[in-house]
Amino acid sequence: MSQDVLVVAEHGQGELDDITFEMLGAGKALAAQTGGACVVALIGGGQLTSQLGGADKIVAVEGEGLENFNPESHGAALAAIVEQAAPRVVMVGYTSMGMDLASSLAVRADMAHAASCLEVQAGDTVTAVSQLYGGKFNVKTDLGAGPCVVSMLAGSSPADAGRADGAPAVETVAAPATAGKVRFVRLIEPEAGDVDITAQEILVAVGRGIGNKDDIEVAEELAEELDAAVAASRPIVDSGWLPKGRQVGKSGVKVTPKVYIALGISGAPEHVEGMKGAATIIAINTDRNAPIFNVAHYGMVEDLFDVCEELTEELQDR
Amino acid sequence: MNTVVLLKRVPDLVEDLEVDGSGRALVAEHLKLTLNEFDEHALEEALLLKEDGGGEVTVVALDSADVDKMLFTALAKGADRAIKVTGVGAVGGTRELAGVFSDVLGSISHDLVLTGVQASDDVDGQLAPTVAANLGVPCIEVITGVEAGAGTVTVHKEYAGGVLGEFEMTLPGVLGIQAARQSPRYAPVSRVRQIQESATLDEVAGAGGGDGRFSIVVMTPPKAGEGAQMLDSVEELIAVLDSKGVI
Repeated sequence: MSQDVLVVAEHGQGELDDITFEMLGAGKALAAQTGGACVVALIGGGQLTSQLGGADKIVAVEGEGLENFNPESHGAALAAIVEQAAPRVVMVGYTSMGMDLASSLAVRADMAHAASCLEVQAGDTVTAVSQLYGGKFNVKTDLGAGPCVVSMLAGSSPADAGRADGAPAVETVAAPATAGKVRFVRLIEPEAGDVDITAQEILVAVGRGIGNKDDIEVAEELAEELDAAVAASRPIVDSGWLPKGRQVGKSGVKVTPKVYIALGISGAPEHVEGMKGAATIIAINTDRNAPIFNVAHYGMVEDLFDVCEELTEELQDR
Repeated sequence: MNTVVLLKRVPDLVEDLEVDGSGRALVAEHLKLTLNEFDEHALEEALLLKEDGGGEVTVVALDSADVDKMLFTALAKGADRAIKVTGVGAVGGTRELAGVFSDVLGSISHDLVLTGVQASDDVDGQLAPTVAANLGVPCIEVITGVEAGAGTVTVHKEYAGGVLGEFEMTLPGVLGIQAARQSPRYAPVSRVRQIQESATLDEVAGAGGGDGRFSIVVMTPPKAGEGAQMLDSVEELIAVLDSKGVI
């Protein structure tokens, strides 16, 4: 085992995702603690090396079928890189792609694993802080001396710390053969929604606290008075109460409105990832311990229906 | 196609959760457990696959308080068989749980394994890819739709921004379900009661799940940022909106 930190680059449609630069910044800081190098694992996407100047070295796997993510072939490629680089810590995004890679690598290479990580430290042992229980608790784990895998939450480190031009040395690993049990077919772009919630100045967002589909009307009435659009957290969209185009968060869209009013949204990390860039966040929730109050600028511990109705009436009277 | 759905119970996040004296676990007393919401979607997707093309749906869960009711509810929704894994006790993480489930899966004939994409207490990774790695079968996480083929499934995997990746996977394999094609169905209480009287749960003795390879140092509520400024009335809320120039 070396003392290196291996950052698994994530890219799609020819571009590196922000999480790559976030992890590169965090990976460099961690490598300073281990005394090793910060190495990037780049699977497919060979044209992207010039954007990875923040790394000390790149270990790349190129091969047919690696340009699009495939859990099986990218998993096998990562395993080959890890075998060659023998890093102490492997940093993977806690993302859709990363979820296919991290747990699988940890089992196959017999490494400890911490998921949903906000931060990682290395001394005699590696410790990680995971954001769990819907954001209600941070759980610090000791992963032993290493090697280990950490899955990093998007937004846990600034991306700018990992952005640098330059051309680190590229080492190439041959693409390993796979059984071909998973075949990439195509990418499907989302259908244009009825409203582009990323372009709104004000969003009234509803979460599980809204209770049922018909009650979304309360939020719609308020939105109308504020000249705002209604957005939602994942459970509302999964229930089919609002279209996918209204979903804010990890598997929805990132929004940065002037004002974001969160109604009955607990503030799970997956949601916060998509809305924490709003200039002003106002949260209304009956649970005073809801994690949403940790990111909100203003909060009310009240029944959302009472507040919405009163606020709508007041605005109508103005 | 025969599908097995792995069900996990997690602390109900609607309840107040407290850390116990050790600082490393939740207070177990009065801890209300509920079915992981993503597992509920996994069960729904399995039932839809059965309706599309036949086959059997088997649900599996570790024995714990109130697990019988959860399993009978799954039967009431349309699952054909429910297995309660006994003698395991509390498991310390995903790796350990996956070890128990992987062992049980060895004794159930199946084509496809479904479970939730993640759970709120997944400290050491996700169940679907961990089970798949144990079994040496393919896995895809973050699935929002499954269509059965001949010895294969075609699935939609969700990426950020609502972009979907379409994949074909050769069975047997494991999928981590983010959302079923439709909202999980509801089982009326009367139907659950009826099933409780007529159906039985299969019990299988579980084997140890292996080493999770981590230890919990401490659990703490997140540090509040600067903290929200709390408002006491709608008048104050209007004043805030006014100050931001949006009304």
